[in-house]
Amino acid sequence: MAIELQELNTNALNAQGIQVDALDDTTMVINMGPQHPSTHGVLRVVLELDGEIIVRATPHIGYVHTGIEKSMEYQTYMKAVTNTDRMDYLSAHINNAAFTLSVENLLGIAPPPRGQMLRVMLMEIQRLASHLVWIATHCLDLGAMTVYFYAFQQREKLLDLTEMISGVRMMPSWIVPGGLRGDAPEGWFERAKEFVDNFPEALEELENLLSANPIFRERTQGVGYISVDECLGLGVSGSTLRAAGVDYDVRKAKPYSGYEQFDFYVPLGEFSDVYDRFRVRMAEMWQSREIIKQCIEKMPEGAINISDRKIVPPPRKELDNSMEAVIHHFKLWTEGFHPPVGESYVPLESPKGEIGFYIVSDGTNRPYRAHMRPPSFMNLQALSTMCVGRLMADVVAVIGSIDIVLGEIDR
Amino acid sequence: MSLGTFLKSTIDGANALRTGFGITFRHYAEQQLKTKPVDTIQYPEERREQYPRTRWRHVLTRYDNGLEKCIGCSLCAGACPARCIYVQAAENTDEQRFSPGERYAAKYEINMLRCIFCGFCQDACPTGAIVLRKDFELSDYTREDFLYTKEMFLEAAPMETMIPASTIGAMNRENAAK
Repeated sequence: MAIELQELNTNALNAQGIQVDALDDTTMVINMGPQHPSTHGVLRVVLELDGEIIVRATPHIGYVHTGIEKSMEYQTYMKAVTNTDRMDYLSAHINNAAFTLSVENLLGIAPPPRGQMLRVMLMEIQRLASHLVWIATHCLDLGAMTVYFYAFQQREKLLDLTEMISGVRMMPSWIVPGGLRGDAPEGWFERAKEFVDNFPEALEELENLLSANPIFRERTQGVGYISVDECLGLGVSGSTLRAAGVDYDVRKAKPYSGYEQFDFYVPLGEFSDVYDRFRVRMAEMWQSREIIKQCIEKMPEGAINISDRKIVPPPRKELDNSMEAVIHHFKLWTEGFHPPVGESYVPLESPKGEIGFYIVSDGTNRPYRAHMRPPSFMNLQALSTMCVGRLMADVVAVIGSIDIVLGEIDR
Repeated sequence: MSLGTFLKSTIDGANALRTGFGITFRHYAEQQLKTKPVDTIQYPEERREQYPRTRWRHVLTRYDNGLEKCIGCSLCAGACPARCIYVQAAENTDEQRFSPGERYAAKYEINMLRCIFCGFCQDACPTGAIVLRKDFELSDYTREDFLYTKEMFLEAAPMETMIPASTIGAMNRENAAK
C-alpha cells in the first residue's frame, strides 16, 4: 500500500480533473462540505481518495467572503472596530484588540494600566470561551456529545461576563483605540471571581471525560501529524505549532498589553498529533484561568482611557458644562482622528494562533488598507499535509483539531 | 500483542470509561434529584437575566416633563457604522414644542435589518436621547416592518404632559407632506 501511495503522489492527478489518464485513474475525488456539519462553517474540502486513504485534501474557501477588509477602508478607525468582531466571531475581544493595538501603535499611544489589564482580562475570558467552543465542537465531531453540553455550560458564564460589561454576548466592540468603551460594572469582578473559583471543577471534568477515553485516544493519537519544518514553512501558529513542540506564544515572545507582568507558562506538545493539540489547548485553558485570577488580584485603580480628547471622546458628564468637550465629542464621532502617515503591524495571540492587523495610514481618518493576518487561514494550509496517507474519517478529527473559524478565513 | 499488554489496555480502557460514565451519570443524578440548579431555560415562559448595559432595541427617551431629549443633531447617524439611521430635524415653535432646544427630530428612522447593535449611537448621543434597551424579540414578517419610525422608538410620555403621541404622528405626516 505504501509503495502504491507514493506512485500516486508523484504521478498525481489534478483534483479538478485535468490530465487524467483513464488507465491510471484509480483515485476517486469526492467533495466534503460546504454543508458538511463537521467543517465548522462553510469549508469545502475536495478529497482525492485511493480506497479510503487520502491522496490529497484541497480546502476550497470563500463561501462566506463578505469583503470585511474592504468595508473597513470606508469606516473611520473607531467604527472599523465593529467590523473586526465579525471576522473571528468566537474571539471578538481579541480581534478588537488586534485592530486597536495596531492603530494605537500608529498613534504612539497606550492606555493606562487599568485599561490594559482590563483588556487582558477580557481577552483571556474570550480565549477560554473560544477554547470551550473548540472542545465542544471537536468532540461532537468525534462522537462525544456529552462534552458539548458541559463545555457550553461554562461558556455561558463567560458570555454573561462579556454581556455584563459590554451589553452583548458575542459582538462587543468594547476594546477601541485609546482604551475601552466602559469600565467594568458593579459586581463584575465578583462574578469573574466566582467563575474562576468554580471553573477548575468543570475543566477537570472535561479532561476526565476525554483524556483517558480509549475511543477518543484511538481517534486522535498519531492522527494528523505534521513536522516542525512543515509547520514553520506553512506559517502555522498557535496551539497547532506548540503541539509540534515549538515554543512560540506571542504573549511570551512579544508581550503586548502588559502580558509580561503575569505568571503563566506556555504548554508544549511532543508528538504533533490531534491528541497533543487537545492536551495543549486544555493546558492553555488552565493558564488562561490563572491569568484571569491574577488580573482580579492585581487590577489597579484609575482611568481606563487615555486623556487625549483628540482620540477618546470626553466623559458624558463633561458634555453638560464644557463647550470644548462638546466640540471634541462631535468632531470625534463624525470625523474621528487622523493617525500619522505610516504602517503598523502588531501581533497578538488569538485562540487560533498569531493574529494581527497590518494597517496602512495615509494620514486621513480612514485606514488606507487594513489587512488581517488570519491564523485560521494559515493553519488551514496544513490540512493537506496532515491528512495525506490517513483515513477519510481522520479528516474530521484534523479539521477539528486545527480549530478554524471560517468567518476569519474568508473575511 | 502479548496477553499482558492486552489485559493492561483492557483494564485501562475500562477504568477510563468508568470515569467518563461516572461523570455523565453524576450529572444525570444531579438533574433528577435537583441538587444543582439547571442551566437551561424554558425560553418563552422563563427569561434569561439581562444586565443594565444590554444593547438591544433602541428607545428615544424623554425628560421628566415630557419633552423629548432628541434635538435632531444627527450625530447618531454620523456615528453609525452600518449607516442605518435617518434623522430629519425641524424647528421647534412656541406653539408646538417637542424638545427643549431649537430643533427636534421630525423624522427618526432606523433600518433594523442593517443595525448591528454596536451601541455607538447611544455613545455618541450628546443628550442621551437614544438608548439601547432590553427588548430583544424583534422578529417580523416583512422587510418593510423593520423600518422603525420615531413613533415606535419614542418612550411613552408621562401622564400629565402636554403632547399626546398621536399629535406627534400627525405632525410628522404634515412635515412629510411638505
